[in-house]
Amino acid sequence: MTVLAEIAQAVIDGDQTRVGDLTRRALGEGIHPKTVLDDGLVAGMNVVGDRFREHEIFLPDVLLAARAMYAGLDELRPLLAQEGIPSIGKVVIGTVQGDLHDIGKNLVGIMLKGAGFEVIDLGHDVAPERMVDTAVEQGAAVIGMSALLTTTMSVMGEVVALLKARNLDGKIRTVVGGAPVDDAFARRIGADAYGFDAANAVDVVKRLVGRA
Amino acid sequence: MTVPLAFTAADVARDRAAALERLGVPRGIAVPAHIEALYDSAARLFAATASPVGVWAEVSGAEFAAVYEGEGRNAPAAPLAEIHPRAEHLALFAVTIGAETGRALERCFADQDFALAYTLDAIASVAADDAADLLERGYAESLRASSWETPDGDVLRYSPGYCGWDVTGQRKLFARLKPKAIGLTLTESCLMQPLKSVSGVFVAGPRAIHRFRPTYPFCDRCEERTCRERLRTLFARREPVTNPE
Repeated sequence: MTVLAEIAQAVIDGDQTRVGDLTRRALGEGIHPKTVLDDGLVAGMNVVGDRFREHEIFLPDVLLAARAMYAGLDELRPLLAQEGIPSIGKVVIGTVQGDLHDIGKNLVGIMLKGAGFEVIDLGHDVAPERMVDTAVEQGAAVIGMSALLTTTMSVMGEVVALLKARNLDGKIRTVVGGAPVDDAFARRIGADAYGFDAANAVDVVKRLVGRA
Repeated sequence: MTVPLAFTAADVARDRAAALERLGVPRGIAVPAHIEALYDSAARLFAATASPVGVWAEVSGAEFAAVYEGEGRNAPAAPLAEIHPRAEHLALFAVTIGAETGRALERCFADQDFALAYTLDAIASVAADDAADLLERGYAESLRASSWETPDGDVLRYSPGYCGWDVTGQRKLFARLKPKAIGLTLTESCLMQPLKSVSGVFVAGPRAIHRFRPTYPFCDRCEERTCRERLRTLFARREPVTNPE
């Protein structure tokens, strides 16, 4: 088994210590950080994601794998930044203004990172202007919004409208999700997509950035 | 009369299978050992941080009608609109698991211990419902103690945000109940803080008043469909909530 395959397996096993050790070993062997990321860490998370979609494993398994992956990412991040290697896409995520639920949004962020995206998580209670301004400043391709309340889901429409007002619609894509949200709502407010759960949100974002 | 009740963490975190179900682990399967171990760690953290407490206050039919009307944003037709006028007793209630469990959750995320965080979240969510169940039982017992003798009488709770009762109904509910005394507040967007909290109304009366068909327009969009389970449980209860004297 190559060291990259071992990294992928350690991610699948949720073994963060081993992922950290193997990542350092791979780098020590002169393997390029981007190769370690793509063929080790992300490859492992892809298997985990597929198994989760097929209901072969449970949510805690995904989360243990994600934590293990982060142990490798922590080793790679400074090297990737140093070489100016971009991620497969930048995504700004947040729970909309007035809403404090972020457990679902956090899961989307974890799974997006696991798929190789750079995620800028603005947390909860995020004003529309902050979402849009951050996406512009960071050069993000996608804004992901979450809401758990019928009283706050309308804020998603404000973000979409703000993008349009600034002629950014089509340049910065939007995906919405959360308990009261559905596909029809997404269409009604003019969002580009709806993610019905965290795994689906990752697929949707990949599609929006042309990486599906 | 406002009645506060405190519980222990052990009182309200009893349904392991329900919490695991929230993590996608179906009931009835052999739970993998590493997930059992994770659950045990989260349960210990819950026990160390939770301080469940609840409060209820009886209201008249007219008072509740005003609370239920809220800001006029309820669905045009909704089960509770038909049920509450037939109630014999009504009480507003609120329960919370307390703020410390939320802070523990944040710490888990900060430490990138996602699996522990989500398991703790699942336990706390189930526990908030358990606390509401306990409070509901306490209210039923208090009615029983005060000579409520309706044959086949029972208590069932309803909450804003569900079954056509708009979440903005929380504002009048909070204004009347004043659950700040147990550390529970409402944000501008009608969100309870701490998050792991439940509020609503206890409706006491003959069980039959709670029967309804889930064919309201909002039922199509409802993914929870807990109303069926709640009614099944209500009608499966063996002991009638009547005064044994």
